[in-house]
Amino acid sequence: MDIEKRAQHLTDRLSYIRDIFVGRNGEIIDSLGVRLDSFFQNLADGSMKSPLEELVQLEKGFDEVERLLDSSLTPMEKVRIVRHPQRFCLRDILENVYDNFTEIGGQDEHSIDPSMVIARATITRHQGKKKYSQLIMVIGQEKGHGEEFRNGGSVKPWGNAKARHFMQVAETENIPIHTYVFTPGSFPVEDYPGAAQQIASNLYEMAGLSVPIISVISEGGSGGAEAIALADRRLMFSHGYYSVISPEGAAAIEGRLKGGARATPELIAHCAERLHMTAQDNLNFGYVDRIVQEPCLGARPFHYDFFRTLRQEVIRATDEAVLGARGFSPMRRLTLRRWGRDDTNMDEVFLSWNLSDSAREKLVAKRQKKFLRLSKGACWDRRPVLSRLRRNARESWDSLYARVKFELYTRHRQRISNFMNETLSMAVWLRDRMLYPITRKPVGPRLRPETVRELTTLSTWKEEDESRKGRWAYVSPRAREDRTVTCPNAATHGCLDLWAPDLYGEFAGVCTTCGHHFPMEYQWVVNNVFDADSVREFNAEVEAANPLNFPGLGESIQKAKEKTKLKSACVTFEARLNGIRMIVAMLVGPFRGGSVGAAEGLKFVEAAKLAEKKRYPFLAYVHGTAGIRIQEGTHGVIQMPRCTVAVRRYIEAGGLYLVLYDTNSYAGPVASFLGCSPYQFAMRSSNLGFAGVGVIKETTGIDVPPHYHSAYKALSRGHIQGVWDRREVRANLEQLLLTAGGRNLYYR
Amino acid sequence: MLDITRLLEDIKASPHEEIVIRAPHTGVVAFESCRPGDMVSGVSGEWKERPGTLLATLTRERNPKPVTAMQSGELRELHTELEGKFVEAGTPLAVVRHFLSREEVISMLLKHALHLFTAPERAKYYFTPAVDIKIKTGGSRSVTVHHGMELLIMSRMKRETPVYYTGPGGIIYTVYFKHNQNVDAGAPLLGVCPESQLAVVEELVLRVQTEWKERA
Repeated sequence: MDIEKRAQHLTDRLSYIRDIFVGRNGEIIDSLGVRLDSFFQNLADGSMKSPLEELVQLEKGFDEVERLLDSSLTPMEKVRIVRHPQRFCLRDILENVYDNFTEIGGQDEHSIDPSMVIARATITRHQGKKKYSQLIMVIGQEKGHGEEFRNGGSVKPWGNAKARHFMQVAETENIPIHTYVFTPGSFPVEDYPGAAQQIASNLYEMAGLSVPIISVISEGGSGGAEAIALADRRLMFSHGYYSVISPEGAAAIEGRLKGGARATPELIAHCAERLHMTAQDNLNFGYVDRIVQEPCLGARPFHYDFFRTLRQEVIRATDEAVLGARGFSPMRRLTLRRWGRDDTNMDEVFLSWNLSDSAREKLVAKRQKKFLRLSKGACWDRRPVLSRLRRNARESWDSLYARVKFELYTRHRQRISNFMNETLSMAVWLRDRMLYPITRKPVGPRLRPETVRELTTLSTWKEEDESRKGRWAYVSPRAREDRTVTCPNAATHGCLDLWAPDLYGEFAGVCTTCGHHFPMEYQWVVNNVFDADSVREFNAEVEAANPLNFPGLGESIQKAKEKTKLKSACVTFEARLNGIRMIVAMLVGPFRGGSVGAAEGLKFVEAAKLAEKKRYPFLAYVHGTAGIRIQEGTHGVIQMPRCTVAVRRYIEAGGLYLVLYDTNSYAGPVASFLGCSPYQFAMRSSNLGFAGVGVIKETTGIDVPPHYHSAYKALSRGHIQGVWDRREVRANLEQLLLTAGGRNLYYR
Repeated sequence: MLDITRLLEDIKASPHEEIVIRAPHTGVVAFESCRPGDMVSGVSGEWKERPGTLLATLTRERNPKPVTAMQSGELRELHTELEGKFVEAGTPLAVVRHFLSREEVISMLLKHALHLFTAPERAKYYFTPAVDIKIKTGGSRSVTVHHGMELLIMSRMKRETPVYYTGPGGIIYTVYFKHNQNVDAGAPLLGVCPESQLAVVEELVLRVQTEWKERA
């Protein structure tokens, strides 16, 4: 019986190997199949002298072949490994790595989203005869072994919301979080809370979560992975992948395929290789801290040694995160050095994972700094050293000046002024009350005659046009064309054709019948919203590059630079709006679709830092963005957590972070550093969301109705806070600057 | 009394609608590659989001505008003599012969045969409890209505108003509204068939179902 079981197991191994190596190593695999067939034949006809010995020989043969094949695995074969139903899943980890666990937030299909599993688990460590049980919150995507209802680990927005909720629970209880990433990507629907909005919310939460977070990546598909992977320590399985997009998605973009056309296997394999998505690549880039070695051809549920290794690794990573937050005493430093060795049995040493308040603050600060440091070498930073030093010195001076002025002088002056005003007000009121029997004057606020007149007569019409004298500071070059333009709503709203000089000139790209906003150039907002001659660009020398040497990207970036006269899709500048100084980071649509790569991320982070130092409001004006620049691979996707961290630091420092969407904004940036803003507004007729209509159809099979991504839909589900008319952006922004925001804005 | 045979024969004699596609405004016409006799498709998709076959392009003030088929059918005429010429608004550009489907024929005939009771206001409509029970147990055709009968409840913003049936008496042949969905003012709520004509109407529908041959 045992022999039959073991032989059957070999059959499973063979089918697994065949599934992984499609069209490669056929001869070796076939010879293995022939040996197995002959073993079964001999076993059936009883011609074998010693079946057990034969079986052991056969098993050795399998081991040998697996070792041989493992040494030549291609990235695409690794992708097939992580997607194979025989691969271990989160449930296997819970059963084999932790000593005990209780699934919470749903059971199997009885869950708000079965693809996201949450469990309370324990790890018991020994020291001599003493036992220490340590609690952990385990969060991860569950692919299941072929369980259809798990949706292949593709988490719906409400699944990510569940993860966020239990992260907060862990924070309340001061226990570490272990997250396991097993997702090809998020389920890209906009139903409440919306895929992008929820991922952004998760990232924002994790950027400031004050308990250790350890993340382990098996299949790290873009935004879906990031929703639970912003961690203190990021581990990665040796046969896993972590990428900005699936190889199939990248191939569809590279091959410019439309209408559900499939890319060739060669193109998909090529993209998998060019995206540099393997564990070793990501370790080299610094986006993961350590690789967890798997057995040959990837771990499966029967590889018990692997689970032991994983247990050691996650305990070690948690200990390191905790020790890093507590600070290194000489003894801790020595201990950590010894614990870093692979031969140390982490079950036999004990370190409490409870953190004091100060350690928790330090933990968050370390995590944030770690992410801010990433991907700096993935773009061309051509700022001259001298000018950089000068700028740093100036910024440090500004920071010092702001600190002295606002924290010492203004704050105390404000306190005294508040105290005096209050006292004076009370004194006046008391005096009036006491003198009332004598003077008989009515007690209460006395209105000045002009206030009375203002309140009792008809108000005068103050046209916005007055300030600009009926002319826009910038007029689109399209206004020079002698032609008419048809509004897309003409069929439903009966809009008349508009003459281009009118439409793109006086009308500011707005249909006079239905109010549809035609896309305008980014210069329109820059010149018509901010005060004249107040825009001062900085960090213009940071240039988009091709860090992975992705074929064709270098040329297309060069073309974009020539076309737009910009060096990246992000332009950062300081500007004034009715005298109020602010920092603006602008994503420019015409530069590679406004996609975000390492250069754009660097400029955005620097802008947020500068706004924090100078205590200015920070506006992210998104003229348009197609998402993360996929050709930069993980250099691109890492901008999601990185920029979110920058934004969180800025908001927590008391700033005002505003986002204004124009034209179309999709994917990674919306699902991270843009979507996490508490104040998001969109121009009328703009579209925003996670994935475009084609991608939704392809990945989910759902047909989405027209206007699915419209700004009004986003407003209805609570993603944004308002829809603005282009002609009123300046007035609305000014109103917002005066009414919203944190404690540290200089003009308050 | 309905003359089923005559009605059907009339429709069979011309089992299609001829849709004339006209220039929506002035402009210079450029026809696409379609030719008379070609089959064209109309507006399609769950939300009518996909436009029909492109027939021509009308350019005015350097603004090209597509002229598409609104319904599917056979392209009967294409005024190619206008190619490259300036046309006035309303000039016929093409004629599409749309072949009626079984459902279209039935709905056309029912318009003749039934009395349509329409919604007085945009609101949600429900049957009165007594009628509702009858419909749930015996189907809509078990309910006989007469002029002035309290038949429906109109519900809007939690304000419920009784609606009295007006029109010839008969049985409820078709219910056009759905539970908990708003109905626009003027949209049909019920199709009422005089009792004496019920058998005739049912035969009519049956004959269309069996005899009508659809063309692509």
